[in-house]
Amino acid sequence: MSPTDAALDRVTRIPGVRGVLLVTGGDGLVVAEQLMDGVDGRAAAALTASLVGRLSRAAQSAGMRPPAFVHLRGDAGSVLAAPAPADLVLVAVVGPDANVGLARLEMLEAAGRLD
Amino acid sequence: MSDDIRTLTDRLAAEPSSLAFLELGEALRRRGQLEAAYKVARGGAGRYPGLADAHDLMARILSDQADLAGAFDSWASALQLDPMRVSALKGIAFLYFRAGDAVAALDHLQRAAEVEPDDPSIVQAIERVRREVTAAGPPAPAGPPPATELPAPSPPALPAGTAFDGIDGGEQGQLLVDSNGLRLAGTLAPVEGADASDRVAAQLAGASREAARATRLLGLGGWHSIALECPDGHIVLSSPTADTVLLTMRDQSLPMARVGLLAERASRAARSWLERLA
Repeated sequence: MSPTDAALDRVTRIPGVRGVLLVTGGDGLVVAEQLMDGVDGRAAAALTASLVGRLSRAAQSAGMRPPAFVHLRGDAGSVLAAPAPADLVLVAVVGPDANVGLARLEMLEAAGRLD
Repeated sequence: MSDDIRTLTDRLAAEPSSLAFLELGEALRRRGQLEAAYKVARGGAGRYPGLADAHDLMARILSDQADLAGAFDSWASALQLDPMRVSALKGIAFLYFRAGDAVAALDHLQRAAEVEPDDPSIVQAIERVRREVTAAGPPAPAGPPPATELPAPSPPALPAGTAFDGIDGGEQGQLLVDSNGLRLAGTLAPVEGADASDRVAAQLAGASREAARATRLLGLGGWHSIALECPDGHIVLSSPTADTVLLTMRDQSLPMARVGLLAERASRAARSWLERLA
């Protein structure tokens, strides 16, 4: 198993995680993915990459360095994103009952290893 | 585990939506089990954000934990919900007194006395603080006086009618933005000597639209909030109304979850303010 697949696998095992993707930050293309049925990987990749880019610029305008972790919370679940080296972004789509704290830790660790 | 705590724990487990968390949290606090008390109170306050008792309990626990800023926030929240709440007035007075602001402490004590004119502990506390004011040197006492000795609260000294009345930090670190990316209220700290608020406001309008599109297309419904953990601070975006976005920013000393709670309160305050303007 490649380091990328191993990283995705660790996050996917967390209860409530519906899918994990590694996407390019600039154009939102999928590099690798592990998704449950019903999760639109291409949409998740493109939308999250774009959002993270915009939020990073807003944070920098506010005097902050770019975020290490982003949590977009919706009515029926969340999108989590952890920017990784080489302009990559690790993205997870999780249900409303997922342990976001655990997913966050795994994603930060996984993102740090993706270089 | 004592019998009373066991009984209350069982009751709360059997009916998580009950108000048993109030008794359990207080019982744990009195026994010095502050971390457990905090978890119980936090869960209850999350379930009942409109219950002043829950915020009051949280404030007492945070005060015992020496998290005085957190305690102030919680008592201020309790006062927003119940402006005549004597325990919160006394609590905030205590915090002001401890911080050396005897005048503000006295103001809150007097408000408490108006509500409870026969409470001897308030009368004694007023006398004590007055002596400090008269002496013209209001240094904080070496240790916190007993809670019964010092009363009263009062929300942060913000001018009435601002968007963030009662929110710790007031307008600073909050930014309320309309759908066109224009600033409605709040301000951010300058960046390299220049006001960054309008630039950030302009970028937030697009972020809101993208967040809404992302959650909708991924089957997650509408969006509630976006939390950004930056190396030097925490940012939470929320949406007080369909047409506005609120940014709440704090440095790293405040845990992300606390910034989230602060953002919720600020969002409610901003919503009320917008309704008053309408």
